[in-house]
Amino acid sequence: MPRLHRILFLTLLAAIGPVSHAHAQDHSGNYPPIAIENGALLYGANCAQCHGIGGDTVPGVALKTGTFKRAPTDQDLARLLTTGIPGTAMPATRLSPGEADSLVAYLRTMRDFNSPAVMAGNSTRGRGLFEGKGTCTTCHRVNASGSHVAPDLSDVGANRGADFLWRKIQDPSATMIPLNRPVHIVLKSGRAIDGRRLNEDTYSIQLIDNQERLISVMKSDVKEFSILKTSPMPSFKDRLAGQELADLVSFLVSLKGEN
Amino acid sequence: MSRRFLIALLILAPMSLSAQVSSDRIVNAAAEPQNWLTYNGAYNGQRHSALKQITAANAKNLELKWVFQAQNLGTFQATPLVVDGIIYTTQAPNDVVALDARTGRVFWIYRYPLPAEIRICCGQVNRGLAILGDTLYMGTIDANLLALDAKNGKPIWKTKVADNALGYALTVAPLVVKDKIIVGVAGGEYGIRGFMAAFDAKTGKEVWRFKIIPEPGEKGNDTWAGNSWEHGGGSVWVTGAYDPTLNLTYWGTGNPGPDWNPDLRKGDNLYSDSVIALDADTGQLKWHFQFTPNDAYDYDSVQVPVLVDGNWEGKPRKLMYWANRNGFFYVLDRADGKFLFGKPFVKLNWASGLDANGRPIQTPQPPGAETFPGLAGGTNWFSPSYNPRTGLFYVSAWENYRNVFEKTQQEYQAGRQYTAGRGGNPIPTAPNIPTLRRGPINTWTEAQGTGVVIAIDPKTGNHEWRYPMTDVTDSGILTTDSDLVITGGREGHFHVLDARAGQLLWKTSLGGPISSGPMTYAVDGKQYIAVNAGNSMFVFGLREN
Ligand code: HEC
Ligand code: HEC
Repeated sequence: MPRLHRILFLTLLAAIGPVSHAHAQDHSGNYPPIAIENGALLYGANCAQCHGIGGDTVPGVALKTGTFKRAPTDQDLARLLTTGIPGTAMPATRLSPGEADSLVAYLRTMRDFNSPAVMAGNSTRGRGLFEGKGTCTTCHRVNASGSHVAPDLSDVGANRGADFLWRKIQDPSATMIPLNRPVHIVLKSGRAIDGRRLNEDTYSIQLIDNQERLISVMKSDVKEFSILKTSPMPSFKDRLAGQELADLVSFLVSLKGEN
Repeated sequence: MSRRFLIALLILAPMSLSAQVSSDRIVNAAAEPQNWLTYNGAYNGQRHSALKQITAANAKNLELKWVFQAQNLGTFQATPLVVDGIIYTTQAPNDVVALDARTGRVFWIYRYPLPAEIRICCGQVNRGLAILGDTLYMGTIDANLLALDAKNGKPIWKTKVADNALGYALTVAPLVVKDKIIVGVAGGEYGIRGFMAAFDAKTGKEVWRFKIIPEPGEKGNDTWAGNSWEHGGGSVWVTGAYDPTLNLTYWGTGNPGPDWNPDLRKGDNLYSDSVIALDADTGQLKWHFQFTPNDAYDYDSVQVPVLVDGNWEGKPRKLMYWANRNGFFYVLDRADGKFLFGKPFVKLNWASGLDANGRPIQTPQPPGAETFPGLAGGTNWFSPSYNPRTGLFYVSAWENYRNVFEKTQQEYQAGRQYTAGRGGNPIPTAPNIPTLRRGPINTWTEAQGTGVVIAIDPKTGNHEWRYPMTDVTDSGILTTDSDLVITGGREGHFHVLDARAGQLLWKTSLGGPISSGPMTYAVDGKQYIAVNAGNSMFVFGLREN
């Protein structure tokens, strides 16, 4: 497997640059970068074996042109991908609507991506860093080992793109998604609780605190409730070398959940 | 026939006749608050009940009386009807159920056979029934109108209203006016051409039709560039109101098609995103008021028109109150459609205000910027309520909620979704289109917007009070003569609030989102409150001991 991830990561890093700058306006600009990234991952996993990384290995099909006779609109294209093309080798693929949209975003923008080799990550080395020098497991858990304090990353590769992960490790606060914001609570009794929200409604909060305890808080007992915008996760920008960061991202991208 | 039998018949006949729901009974629905005879409880759309056994003082004694579990996973959006101790309601997709209102036991159940392939944008839902005489009426998502025998649930007639292969569907609870059954069609995401139609209650024959999107030669067609009117949308999927003295029926209309690219349909796009006032006998347009001309955001005006007879600037006037999906609260004169007042009730930036005629001064945001409110709106189809005792208008709203809208080019293809754009979520990785079927974990986050019940003073648009919630809400609102505001939210909490100050009197958790309007009824002098949450209907009453 590492090989596939390597290829993927390579394509992705190649992709990221131009997406947000240069000649992005007319194509990529129409699709959210995160969708394009996810689409690139899905493409590598489901399509590249036939169509090739460059989209040109099926005779008569040049995916990079971004225009398809059979699928003038994005909706048609999404449909074509899920149904396949009956009577040809183009198979039906089971995709959630979000996945189909991501693939469409990638296909429509593929021509924006050249494939200069940027930097290849090695996911086996990445795993070693995750558990060792990177100290990631002191906070995170992957496949039943590690701490519960920070989000479980067992399927982070299925939910987040490589670009996001790359930036996450280097600038955790800037990339913190609202759902992951840590909370600081002081109860009327004076007790302070720091942790991560698992759920919340108008009257109560369910969280896991920094001692890995599942805690229920009634809002009527709360004196102070703050949602922090600074991540407890340290930046690894200066702690790890460029190659090590690439290895780590390659490993994270490979985490697709256990089944 | 023996003489004695004939006498017996004569004695019985009036009784069984009075059990029938005549059109007079519907006009005077307020006189029998133990029943709930139309989707909104009465023609005025106020969803206000004169029942007052359940009060602020005893609400703490509310307890669960029974639960009806729909054997279906679609969202439960219907408001039930109650006629003399019998509840009639629909469960998704198009099943009709008659229940014992005291016990929740089932008299009969009718399952409408739907074809395998259905075109519907946003879930196979149905919002309820209408009743006239001993006949129930239901629209089906494959665009038929059905009459059913209220005694046994057997079909009496079925009329094809439109073609579902083109995306037309019926999700609205029909409205009975005199001897006619009035419905509108859903399908605004499929490039349909919306219309209202009335059918003869006895035969199912179409009596009149009003085209919401006018064709060449008809007034308003010039508000559509080129041929764009052909797929102009203008769906109707929430039940309108009726004023018997003016003989006008009022309906809110949906978005123009395609949803998000107004450049593909330059002009005001009448009568999309409007309220239309139709002559109930002929279907002729008396007046219209358009809330969002040339809509770029999917701001359907499918809200329940709330009719109030009151004073406006010192003079008695026939008013209409309307909290619109576009984020403005409006007051109109319902005799002639004149705009009287409007003010935002949530944060909005798609318009800077309304001009003297109520027309929005549009301020489209630059590409990539956030537009408030987002595509699901400041409020939506969930029914508001008006309490004549407090003079306040109560609405479930979404605050600080926005999307980044994008337009795309799209060509119409029959039977395909026709939306030409999207409303993207500016919050990374957060759920985008807020589906009603969110799981038990709140993944929405306050960063995306929150829910609130707002009590609006219609004279000023000021917020008399607000009841904020962490998650957003799709719950309708019920008010009572005992000054209760009864509502819920997506979290599954069911709330009884004080109508004057908004404080919480009682709450319970029903374990699933509330996405319909609560209602109240009485049997044997005991008041009940019914509400759907998740896939079940819950009925509450006061503890007895
Ligand atoms: C088993 C091999 C195979 C796989 C896997 C596969 N395809 Fe294809 N695809 C084909 C073939 C062969 C065709 C050409 C069909 C024809 O027209 O004869 C094709 C056609 C297409 C077309 C239509 C091109 C046009 O011009 O109309 C698109 C788009 C496409 N594939 C995208 C994808 C995507 C995206 C995936 C991954 C989800 C994928 N394919 C997976 C073999 C495959
Ligand atoms: C001191 C504890 C701590 C350490 C050490 C730590 N993290 Fe984190 N990490 C967190 C917390 C808390 C969050 C959630 C808040 C946030 O998103 O910033 C998080 C978030 C993340 C996320 C985002 C998850 C998502 O769902 O978006 C990734 C990816 C991640 N960490 C990777 C790593 C990697 C790789 C390492 C090791 C190089 C690491 N973290 C080390 C605490 C830590």
